[in-house]
Amino acid sequence: MLEFDLQENGLRKLNSALHDQKENSNQTVWKITNPKGSHAIAVGIDAPIEVNIEGSTGYYCGGMNKLANINVKGSVGPGVAENMMSGKVVIDGDASQYAGATGHGGLLVIKGNASSRCGISMKGINIVVHGNIGHMSAFMAQSGTLVVCGDAGDALGDSLYEAKLFVRGNVKSLGADCEKKEMRPEHLELLEQLLSEAECDAKPEEFTRYGSARKLYNFNIDNSDAY
Amino acid sequence: MCGIVGLFLKDNSLEANLGNLLSDMLISMSDRGPDSAGIAIYADKETGRSKFTIQSENAKTDFEALPNYLSKHLNCKVETKVNDTHSVVIIDESATSKFSEALASFNPEIRIMSRGSSLEIYKEVGLPKQVTQRFNIPQMSGRHGIGHTRMATESAVTTMGAHPFNTGLDQCLVHNGSLSNHNSLRRRLRREGVHIETENDTEVGAAYLTWKMQNGATLGEALESSLEDLDGFFTFLVGTEDGFGVVRDPIACKPAVMAETDQYVAFGSEYRALVNLPEIESAHVWEPEPATVYFWKH
Repeated sequence: MLEFDLQENGLRKLNSALHDQKENSNQTVWKITNPKGSHAIAVGIDAPIEVNIEGSTGYYCGGMNKLANINVKGSVGPGVAENMMSGKVVIDGDASQYAGATGHGGLLVIKGNASSRCGISMKGINIVVHGNIGHMSAFMAQSGTLVVCGDAGDALGDSLYEAKLFVRGNVKSLGADCEKKEMRPEHLELLEQLLSEAECDAKPEEFTRYGSARKLYNFNIDNSDAY
Repeated sequence: MCGIVGLFLKDNSLEANLGNLLSDMLISMSDRGPDSAGIAIYADKETGRSKFTIQSENAKTDFEALPNYLSKHLNCKVETKVNDTHSVVIIDESATSKFSEALASFNPEIRIMSRGSSLEIYKEVGLPKQVTQRFNIPQMSGRHGIGHTRMATESAVTTMGAHPFNTGLDQCLVHNGSLSNHNSLRRRLRREGVHIETENDTEVGAAYLTWKMQNGATLGEALESSLEDLDGFFTFLVGTEDGFGVVRDPIACKPAVMAETDQYVAFGSEYRALVNLPEIESAHVWEPEPATVYFWKH
């Protein structure tokens, strides 16, 4: 295992060392100490390595991640795992706004709460939040799955495309074109798998599914007066 | 961007360290705004006495002759505490209403940064490190304080465009964000007779709160109505004589993080601002909800 003190060695040195790791890297486990809320920690990794961050981070932690498993033993600032491609990012604490924004793939697990705009414009990423999420989450979400074990804030799934949303608690309000959907066996199966990967003991049948009513993103000539 | 910080002490033993902790917090936010910086500190007050902080471009000459002049015109004992371009002026409470006029008759160029009994505001153009050093903020003690480092978007980089802005007596405001209806609101407030000095958006926000309170609203009510009347982005941190409050606009895209322990309540634009506070590892850390007014009082 490699130990890296961020305050002593600096962010550029860390990210450049992480970028040097390739698929067959021997340095498979990294421990990052003293993150102290710094921004852009472990951004742009492209190797199947494990990175353990011992404390809370600032903006964009684990952004653009590919293949790596990143664990944060604390809370994260805005934009965690933004545009993630694959791999897994696990946050022990809370996440600030736009967690997992525009993510294409991989799994983001937030064991605490996520604030506003969680999963905004997600494009294939799976996100599991053990706690609650804030307003405008999954705004314009295109594909992937957002699982929320607690409650969701205002305007969930506004202008939603084809992302699947599952909420166990209350939804304060649904956004435009987002509606409640029936839970079919394939959805329970998907939930079971994601909850297990996210180490969450919630039961799939406790969730409600929400999805796009598909009225907004298909042009309807009857609505032309509104423009 | 802008960076804002605040520290409210529950534990009296930290009071001597307030300026030091607050300066560190503000310096850690320097890259959120390099244009100007300011700090408001709530320090000791004397019963029956009022406190003002004033600023002059010719501090040396102005502040030498000022105490005698004021004491003659206000007919009371005047104490001053000169601090670089600023000076704290302490007068009898009964002379408070005559202070602005007396100061203007001495030299209309001198600006009043704060009015009240315990509040002191220090702000200038420059980085937080330079500004906190020139005013010796780390040596100051107090019960609570707020600070701001500015990245100017709506108006010029000047001393008067820097935050905190004094609202009512012993009240002040720092702001991260930008108000988009500040021009129309400024016109409206000026029609109501409110004095607004600069083209700065936050000054309008501060003047709005003052005006609401002059018309009978409590600070809490004024903040609630700001959610209706102010258009734009804001995370506000407000200082009052006995505490501080936080409010974010309903969209809440301007960041905010808070921490609470048995010893203090702290606010920062980012977690980085909080990392050197005592026992932060065991603090309760959370993000304040949008469109919700929070308050802590001694």
